[in-house]
Amino acid sequence: MSLLLYALLILFGGSLGALLLGKSKLASRVGAVAVLLATMLSGYLALQVLLSGQTLTFSTPWAVPGGEFRLLLDPLAAFFILPISILSFFCTLYAGPYLAHGERSRSLAPHWFFYTIMVLAMLLVVTAANSLLFLFAWEIMTLSSFFLVAWDHHLKEVRKAAWLYLLAAHCCMILLLALFVLAGNYSGSLNFSDFGPLAELPLTSGSLLYMLALFGFGVKAGLFPIHIWLPNAHPAAPSHVSALMSGVLIKTGIYGILRILSFLPPAPAWWGWLMALLGAAGALYGISMAAQQRDIKRCLAYSTVENIGIMFLGFGFGLVAAAQGYPTIALFAFAGGMLHLWNHALFKGVMFLGAGVLLQATGTRDMNRMGGLLKQMPVVGILLIGGSLALGALPPLNGLISEWLIYLGLSQAGISLGGFNALVPLLLIGLLGLVGALALLTFSRLIGISLLGEPRDPSIAQHHATAPAMLISMATLLAGCLAIGIYPQGALRLLTPALSSVARLSVGAELESAVAPLGQWALLLLAGLILCAGILTFLLRIGHRAQATTWCCGFRFSTVRMSYTAEGFSELSAAHLMPGIMRPHLQREKVEGIFPAATSLAQTSPDPVLIRILNPLFIAVGDRCQKLRWLQQGQLPIYLLYMFILCILLLAWSVWTGRGG
Amino acid sequence: MANLLLLLVILLNFYTLGSARLVACIRAVALQGALLALLPLATHGPTGHALLLGAGALLFKGIFIPLLLLRTIREVRIRRDVESFIGFVPTLVLGLLVTAGAFIFSDFLPLAHEHHEGLFVPTALATMFCGFLMLITRRKAITQVLGYLMLENGIFIFAVLLSAAIPLMVEAGILLDLLVGVFVMGIVLNQISREFTSLETERLTALKE
Repeated sequence: MSLLLYALLILFGGSLGALLLGKSKLASRVGAVAVLLATMLSGYLALQVLLSGQTLTFSTPWAVPGGEFRLLLDPLAAFFILPISILSFFCTLYAGPYLAHGERSRSLAPHWFFYTIMVLAMLLVVTAANSLLFLFAWEIMTLSSFFLVAWDHHLKEVRKAAWLYLLAAHCCMILLLALFVLAGNYSGSLNFSDFGPLAELPLTSGSLLYMLALFGFGVKAGLFPIHIWLPNAHPAAPSHVSALMSGVLIKTGIYGILRILSFLPPAPAWWGWLMALLGAAGALYGISMAAQQRDIKRCLAYSTVENIGIMFLGFGFGLVAAAQGYPTIALFAFAGGMLHLWNHALFKGVMFLGAGVLLQATGTRDMNRMGGLLKQMPVVGILLIGGSLALGALPPLNGLISEWLIYLGLSQAGISLGGFNALVPLLLIGLLGLVGALALLTFSRLIGISLLGEPRDPSIAQHHATAPAMLISMATLLAGCLAIGIYPQGALRLLTPALSSVARLSVGAELESAVAPLGQWALLLLAGLILCAGILTFLLRIGHRAQATTWCCGFRFSTVRMSYTAEGFSELSAAHLMPGIMRPHLQREKVEGIFPAATSLAQTSPDPVLIRILNPLFIAVGDRCQKLRWLQQGQLPIYLLYMFILCILLLAWSVWTGRGG
Repeated sequence: MANLLLLLVILLNFYTLGSARLVACIRAVALQGALLALLPLATHGPTGHALLLGAGALLFKGIFIPLLLLRTIREVRIRRDVESFIGFVPTLVLGLLVTAGAFIFSDFLPLAHEHHEGLFVPTALATMFCGFLMLITRRKAITQVLGYLMLENGIFIFAVLLSAAIPLMVEAGILLDLLVGVFVMGIVLNQISREFTSLETERLTALKE
């Protein structure tokens, strides 16, 4: 346990050091070294806890009423600390050269201060064992990530995105406050260890707590339909921060839900159905929106919504199966959700870091202005292709393993449940298949438009050398994806203690035996791929290649402007598959006359939930609130009168309840 | 002894609420502060804690802050009668009503047995309410400062009741707070009168959104 404390202290010291050193280059070094050291310590400790399945605690008094500085490192916490540590480590490695590329005159000290504080807060959130400490760490995590999102605050869209994030995070904070106050009220203490009485709650109060947790933590996790902050905040943040936020920060929301579920009585089936259906809806929605984005990071952000949806589907279905008495199915679903959480941290890290390299090289996030980058930066290109394969759940990478487990759970449910009950899991399989197909479309589009073909925009500066540290961090993350893909048993064995505490079931060998063949096939496939690639290169070496221009539909001179755009690539799915409200907005002028004048066409795809539901809702509420303006007289005595009346009412109320009780 | 002091405090409340002259108001509040300084001694006997508390209260509430206020009104040259939103007689009647309310209300409070007898709780509540009334009804910023002082006096009476339980640091903190508050008020008042030639809070509405 002392290792974790050291890690927290190092992070705290590093943040202060970075802030005090100010503008000098040393600030970045201090911040980076602190995070690297601390995450090594915490990662090692998490690994140890996961391997041994032990539980560590630490507790010291804290001068806050009801609060205690109590930390708990059980397998569930370690399950989250491991990805946090790994991803933070590599993002930090990446951040140094990435930030050095930006404005030279700007001091990086604030960035490193908030960055180290954010890592510290994430570690604290998943280990806190006292409600107040938890909320404290949660709020620090929100605020530090807010400042990191707003790093490029000279841009208006960044300010707007950060503001939306802060707003959403505070709405979630209100729900969480209510949740913990209620839980503390029921159990009589704010320490997690005293939350035992919650397990005997009647169904209504338990459901209330569950709903508060699902939607309170769901805002942070990006649960549909309250994911609205996510597609704006991820593109706005610097790339390594987006990677960290998308990879692990939002997962703390899932941690919160799992932790609260572990206190509540065994979940009735409808809790699980709710979570699973929201998850499935989110997966479908997220990937459909991702397929329409031309901003590469926004596309990845929507894919995060999709993957979070898949995780929620796994967890929710696990709850359903556990409630209906099918422990094996529950284990498959839970294991799929949990493994997907790790996998997503790895491959989304690769993708966001790779998108950062592209952004750095081209100065734009717009796919339509990229193109032909694979030739200029082959290593980054191959890493991005690998990440996309993993995201699209293709073998031999890890995305397949976790989704396979969820598919297995769903199909077994379809077989063993009878009649109408079997219909929903089978439908969910279909939906998940659709999600997978759209994911393939999205990522082949991302790779095809931005990396392949010819350079589209001549104004974009040509190739910059990518710093080795950036490549190493991406490559290591991708190697992690490959390792899980080839040897999934190892990852499953590592998460077994956490899995058995989440599912409240003992884990047998059925999981490992279910995925072991996948790993063997993946190895075979990998060997085959390498062999094929070798033979192809050999053949290309010895044979000679004919070179000619592409056939361009009868036009005489082909230009790069005639190549497919991102919108063109997804036009079929956007125009024929999506429901009307999710289709992109087109702005076009009419083409008239025999010799039409030059015209323009623009396509945007803003978030339908945000612009069609939430924005009108908040505007309507704001308009209603205008009618209360008369309360705001602007005169001090009137305000004092309000306070006076309130005091009197409170006094009367306290006496009233004192009498009644 | 303590009850006599508390009765005097209540009478001073009424005097301040009903008085039209600023200087008289300040003196009344000063006297109230000085009387309160005796209160810890009268209830707890001459212990070190009580002596320190009394000395602090006398110094700040009885002497320092009133002097500061007198100096301020000399500097901003207002000796005119205080104006209020509602007349003095209605204010006084309201003050009577609140005081009566405080007495009735304190009977309902779930207090410890030994606190039921004395006038402490009703007086504290009545003084706080009267301070609030003063804050609400008066227009001049300076009378509002007096309102705050009265409010704080009410809190002080409560604190004396519990002075065995409340650490000295907390009381010192309250006194310091008050002092700083009055300082700031004095400075702000000077600035306002220099800029706008009026000290009526009614006109300070431009900051409304």
